[in-house]
Amino acid sequence: MESHDDKERTDRQRVDYVKIESSSSFQRLMYERKKFILPLTIFFLVFYFILPILTSYTTFLNTPAFGDISWVWIFAFSQFIMTWVLCTIYAKKASSFDKQAEQIIREQIDDKGRDAI
Amino acid sequence: MKMDATVVILFLSIVLLTLVITYLAAKRTQTTGDFYTAGGGLTGWQNGLAIAGDYLSAASFLGIAGAIALHGFDGFFYSIGFLIAYLVVLLLVAEPLRNLGKYTLADMINARFDAKKIRGVAALSTITIVLFYMIAQLVGAGALIQLLFGIDYWIAVLIVGIMMTIYVLFGGMIATSWVQITKAVLLMAGMVIISFLVLLKFNFNISTMFTEMKSATGHGADFLKPGLKYTDPLGTISLMIALVLGTSGLPHILMRFFTVKDAKTARSSVVTATWTIGIFYILTLFLGFGAAAFVGERNIMAANPGGNMAAPLLAEVIGGDILFAFISAVAFATILAVVAGLVLSGASAFAHDLYGQIFKKGEATDKQQMLAARYAALSVSAFSILLALFAQTLNVAFLVSLAFCIAASANLPVILYTVYWKRFNTAGAITAMLSGLVSALILVSISPSVFSPNEGEALFVGNPLFPLDNPALISVPLGFLGGYIGTVLSKEQDTTRYAEVKVKANTGYRDYS
Repeated sequence: MESHDDKERTDRQRVDYVKIESSSSFQRLMYERKKFILPLTIFFLVFYFILPILTSYTTFLNTPAFGDISWVWIFAFSQFIMTWVLCTIYAKKASSFDKQAEQIIREQIDDKGRDAI
Repeated sequence: MKMDATVVILFLSIVLLTLVITYLAAKRTQTTGDFYTAGGGLTGWQNGLAIAGDYLSAASFLGIAGAIALHGFDGFFYSIGFLIAYLVVLLLVAEPLRNLGKYTLADMINARFDAKKIRGVAALSTITIVLFYMIAQLVGAGALIQLLFGIDYWIAVLIVGIMMTIYVLFGGMIATSWVQITKAVLLMAGMVIISFLVLLKFNFNISTMFTEMKSATGHGADFLKPGLKYTDPLGTISLMIALVLGTSGLPHILMRFFTVKDAKTARSSVVTATWTIGIFYILTLFLGFGAAAFVGERNIMAANPGGNMAAPLLAEVIGGDILFAFISAVAFATILAVVAGLVLSGASAFAHDLYGQIFKKGEATDKQQMLAARYAALSVSAFSILLALFAQTLNVAFLVSLAFCIAASANLPVILYTVYWKRFNTAGAITAMLSGLVSALILVSISPSVFSPNEGEALFVGNPLFPLDNPALISVPLGFLGGYIGTVLSKEQDTTRYAEVKVKANTGYRDYS
């Protein structure tokens, strides 16, 4: 435990995080993550809160969709489908972020960062 | 209610199984890391199932089935909120948390700010949430066992309390994880069997099921429409906020992300958990509808006014004594797995944050930390058992939704700010947690759940000063606002440190390997 912490302290001086943070490859990773995650987050929160807002202030979701199944149930089930779809899409997309992150560590810390003591 | 040989045998086999798991785990628990996080050695699917086992509490299994059986569509709101919460976890919280933290939420915030005060406040909010959640589970467990075996409430609470203490004390996170995994598998099996039998009754035709549900209950066609229980729009929206944002602040769920080796595995465990939990919540619909149609509102209410016995009663009606015994035993295992996870996260806040990092300034030896962790687990257990003994009359669902509300108000803002906001600072972290925690607690204490003009409906007689049962609509924005104001009022800003946090959170780079 102690040895880890000691190593951590010396490493903190060795790795130049400010330089990595401002590097073009890291900036690109941040931009792509943001471009992907922010719209998805806004989308699912809006999609989610529309349900209680519509059920609280309107009644049109009570109209039948298929037989005796009304739109409110269809909307409710679509929340499940949405969760699974977004979850799968994100997991796929995230593996490309992983590759970018690995490259940043390899190029900027493992190769360069430690040489620049 | 009844206590025949099948029930007793199934109960005892589940208890025995969990004890064997604990015994095996105890032999493998050698370091503090093993105790808190199973040495970070779980695989994605193992941790995914353990998250499901940690999350699907008695409130989900017994509570939602009962809520749907009694209130139709409105009961299903819980299922939706509890599931979509995992998108917040997956997209915003799980990976940076894994990359920055070690054992607790406070570790993660401290990756950016080295202030003991922050650690103290984070530990305080963790312990508060754990206690509310834990009392809810113990009160529920007591009521369930009391009903099943006809034994006294206090003996029932003691049995559950002693079991959870044994798992955590001896087996730590390894035992807790495997108890949760076992419970998740048993629970899903039970859900699938009941749903299959319910669908069989409707000839596997969903449309027929809906048609028959229109006339199956005393509510008629209204059963299938929203508005049977939640008539106040702002109240409904407030509850939905607590459900969707609370999960990402629950200490026992956050802690599960430290049991895997990296952010990639944390992500794959959330994906497994999301599929498992989603299927579970879809199936709650069949349980709820089945209970409403085949057990009937009157029988459900007679067994328990809150509807908590709907699932076991349905199992008895459609599957006979053996299924009833199995489902009751699963419900028991469900509660055990959740309380064990809670004890562990409460103990880590006490022993790791308060004792190890603040009192001992991070200089405690591994042996001292381990001993402290075990003492803390014992104290958290004893204290919550004691509180649960006096809380028998409190409404369980109210306590759980309160825990979600505090988690969303006190923990989520500070997590998001720490990872995503450059200007954020020490003062902001403290004001974010305190304003969320304090506003949630104050607003609840003056809410209709605590004060009611009619005697017996709430803790005290009187007019509530705040109209909503669940204050998330106000307290979550207050948590974010508190963090913002605290930050801009303080000049402190460390962009070098934030660069480090940002790089680590997004690449998973660690200073040590």
